Amino acid sequence: MQNITIVNYGMGNINSVKKQMERLAVNVIVSSKSEDILSADKIILPGVGHFEKAMENLQELNLVDVLNDFVLVKKKPTLGICLGMQLMTNFSEEGNVKGLGWFDAEVVKITVDDTLRFKIPHVGWNTIDQKKESDLNVGLNSDSSFYFVHAYKVIAHEVKDILHSTVYSSEFTSAISKDNIFGVQYHPEKSQDIGLQLFRNFIAL
Amino acid sequence: MFRPRIIPVLLLKDEALVKSIEFKKHNYIGDPINAVRIFNDLRADELVFLDIQASKENRLISLDFVRDVGEEAKMPFAVGGGIKTIEDIRAIINAGAEKVIINTSAIQNPAFIREAANYFGSSTIVVCIDVKKKLFKGNQTWMLNGSVSSGMTPVETARKMESLGAGEIIIQSIDKDGTMTGYDLELIRTISETVAIPVIALGGANSITDMKKARELGFASAMAAGSMFVYQGSKKGVLINYIEKTEVNFE
Repeated sequence: MQNITIVNYGMGNINSVKKQMERLAVNVIVSSKSEDILSADKIILPGVGHFEKAMENLQELNLVDVLNDFVLVKKKPTLGICLGMQLMTNFSEEGNVKGLGWFDAEVVKITVDDTLRFKIPHVGWNTIDQKKESDLNVGLNSDSSFYFVHAYKVIAHEVKDILHSTVYSSEFTSAISKDNIFGVQYHPEKSQDIGLQLFRNFIAL
Repeated sequence: MFRPRIIPVLLLKDEALVKSIEFKKHNYIGDPINAVRIFNDLRADELVFLDIQASKENRLISLDFVRDVGEEAKMPFAVGGGIKTIEDIRAIINAGAEKVIINTSAIQNPAFIREAANYFGSSTIVVCIDVKKKLFKGNQTWMLNGSVSSGMTPVETARKMESLGAGEIIIQSIDKDGTMTGYDLELIRTISETVAIPVIALGGANSITDMKKARELGFASAMAAGSMFVYQGSKKGVLINYIEKTEVNFE
């Protein structure tokens, strides 16, 4: 059985991620310790909340170098969820701070043309378009609806990094991937059967 | 395509599921955890649980109950009932809920909303605005399960809660509660026009047609209902039910 560590850096509800992972028969632990991260086969970087606060927490826990080592040197599979995806970029408007910089991308506030029909944050179920082939796409299709909750979005500067896109007033990048690194804006842990399928795909990598 | 959420709202009284009419006349519906299992099977988008006695009795919704729901629910869920402190919210989130719903303490202690939004992020904090018409004064925001008027209009409350950092607003018509005569569309539209955050319509829904109207005429981001999802037929027999997603095409 593979070991998956959910990185706990004090941002948001990670119980539901853990619960879904346990359903899929993997050894899952929730931890902020570097040894638990470095010994894992894969890690998940979850998170809900403020970007700047998240980066502060990662720094206070001395996790930035640990994550860089796991992701960029060991090159092991890593999945960022929601804020966890956004942290993988260079920079966020939310606090005007640098991110982990694994993707040439930045995070900006969602803008909409029609403020009556499209409220911010974008909360609810929405479909995804697959922008490239990926092992993460197994069993997903254009009708697959995922659960979103976010007020900021990722702008990927490299088109090849864009995995999924979603339309909320306008099109935005809802998943990114590069080599061993994956980030999804939506919450697979809240997306019922299709979310479980995405986790299954991550485990199968 | 974005699909507005359709949200069953389940009321708790003495640990049982009940349904009210105009916040009174509570009818016993059944076991709440059993309802969660049924809504799992029916693939409900999201669930809301409100302990309607908690604030009046100056206590928090049962954490054991929230944990039980958290163990069962496959969809996101939000809970409300007597939430007053950051510690309350942390306990509820740790018990498995995604969001908390704050009504009475949002009115009594507005600074709490700012503190909570800063701490947990806006998307965790939902404010429920209960609205009832007051003689000669028009629509007013009420608290303590509709028993005390705040002296504010719903528009004033909504604007204030948004500025304090609330992530979503549930706009609930007490006058419509349990009547199954359709939403108060004017109220919903007024609030949608007031704030840029999502507005969840609640109170009076009887059909998908009502929900479409709340979306298309009221610009609600999500439609919530109680009676519609616990009763069936004109005699209001108790039956937990949900919509067929294929029936729903909003845009």
